[in-house]
Amino acid sequence: MPIQSAKFCPGCGHPIVLMMLRKVLEERGLLKKAVMGLDIGCSLLGWDYLPIHTFQTHHGRVTPTMLGFKRAKKDMICFGVSGDGGAYAIGWQSLFHAARRDEPVTVIVVNNTVYGMTGGQIGPTGINDPSVKPVYGPELLRNVASNEAYLARTAVNDPKQMQEYLSKAIDAQLNGHFSLIEFLSFCPTNWKTKGIETTKYLDEKLKTVFKVGEI
Amino acid sequence: MIKSNKQFITGAEVVVQACRDAGATMMYGYPITPSSEILENWQKTGGKCLQTEDEIAAGFAVAGGALAGEKVFTATSGPGHILMQDALVMAEAMRIPMVTIAAQRGGPSSGTVIYSQQEVTLACYGGNGEGFRLVYSPASLDELYTLTRRAFNEAWQYGFPTIVLTDGYALKAQGIFTKPKLLRKNIPAKTLFGRDGAVHLPNIFATEEELYAKLEMIQTDYAKIKTKVETSYELGTKEADILVIAHGTVGASAEAAVLNLRKEKKKVGLFRPVTLRPFPAKNLNKLLATKKWKKVIIIESSYGQLARLVHDEIKVKNLPDILYLQKPGLGIEPEEIEEYIKKIK
Repeated sequence: MPIQSAKFCPGCGHPIVLMMLRKVLEERGLLKKAVMGLDIGCSLLGWDYLPIHTFQTHHGRVTPTMLGFKRAKKDMICFGVSGDGGAYAIGWQSLFHAARRDEPVTVIVVNNTVYGMTGGQIGPTGINDPSVKPVYGPELLRNVASNEAYLARTAVNDPKQMQEYLSKAIDAQLNGHFSLIEFLSFCPTNWKTKGIETTKYLDEKLKTVFKVGEI
Repeated sequence: MIKSNKQFITGAEVVVQACRDAGATMMYGYPITPSSEILENWQKTGGKCLQTEDEIAAGFAVAGGALAGEKVFTATSGPGHILMQDALVMAEAMRIPMVTIAAQRGGPSSGTVIYSQQEVTLACYGGNGEGFRLVYSPASLDELYTLTRRAFNEAWQYGFPTIVLTDGYALKAQGIFTKPKLLRKNIPAKTLFGRDGAVHLPNIFATEEELYAKLEMIQTDYAKIKTKVETSYELGTKEADILVIAHGTVGASAEAAVLNLRKEKKKVGLFRPVTLRPFPAKNLNKLLATKKWKKVIIIESSYGQLARLVHDEIKVKNLPDILYLQKPGLGIEPEEIEEYIKKIK
């Protein structure tokens, strides 16, 4: 099947994450061994974007699907791509237990704090309401994950760090451990931000609430 | 010592033997009565297994494993069967050979755990969509074995999810079981996701037309295999003028009743659908058209879930007089069926 151009909104952070993933896999010669499952929401738009095996799943269900795949085909490198809603709200129960059991899959969470495709409703990482705490995914999972599991947070405007973390997450999976990277991302469509406002919100707001680094 | 291949075992143990003989290598499941014994027995006999956090995860792990080309299965019941529908519809859409053993509970809600035929509609049409799945209703230990094996083989041959629909009574009761000899070899597992050439498998569509084209393909495939899959069992229908229609455990009870009544020279026969989806419509219509039936009686442990399937499929001109014996969530014993039929004028 020919690779199609992706259908993300202009200025979306998702394709940056996918491009970095492709770059890392290509450099390490792992493209043929990779398989990527997609959660529902904006994540699903990446279904024919990279030259690796890809399939769509259901909302919140990418982690259990990928661990089933991985347990059946251990020589493949399994990625589950999800938004903050799919990972930390509807998919949290499965994500928590996959981390607890140290399932050797790599979960990629694109955190833009909103449900993008459905119209910008507040996600579990929403920071606009001071009376409600956002979900700190990697920090919470650190409590139950093994010491060898790789958990980190980076941002889509730091491609160097993105590649470094992705490579380490792949290493963790190759060594038989769970890994999750949260990518602070942007959604100008639903944030209703223009140009520089978008990256400014990411740098000055999101990065102060969600600490970037290995966790 | 006398060597015998007879075993005195439970239905759950029979299911586990059938899964293993079908080539299953992995089970995902969550404990729920009355299907927990399948999970326990599979583990106890050395089967690879993961007890997940819920039935949703079990279902999607099965889907993921099957996508990767492993013969995987799950067993569930009642509220877990509802959660399983999430993965089952994905399996319908993406043509994933997902195998589920579903033990019916009395419902609605958590209900009871031994005796019920109230998950017929759920098993056949439980998802959003059109019910592109194969559902088998075993009436004996032998059928639990053969239909479980069929569930694996037909899932991997035709690429539709399959459900063996049973109940707590069938799984927990012990009986004498002799493993039947099967002539057919197992259908091997395969995966789309080999080493060369990236495969992209969608499950959501940008336009109505794209989905419609996909549905037309699935519907055509389903129609093509319908006559190969649909199966029914008949007893004494040639001489009978009263026809009993029942399935599963109630079907076994009806069979005992029909045998007893025939000894008393009553002209009673049994039609038992072995597959509920696709429903054995061709055989039923053929049978109904052979003569003018005095009465047709649909007997089930639900308020008409089997009757609805039957009514959907009856295509004969002169509809026979139909009676209903419906006791949702209750066991229906042969004696009760005999009494009921004897009272028919």
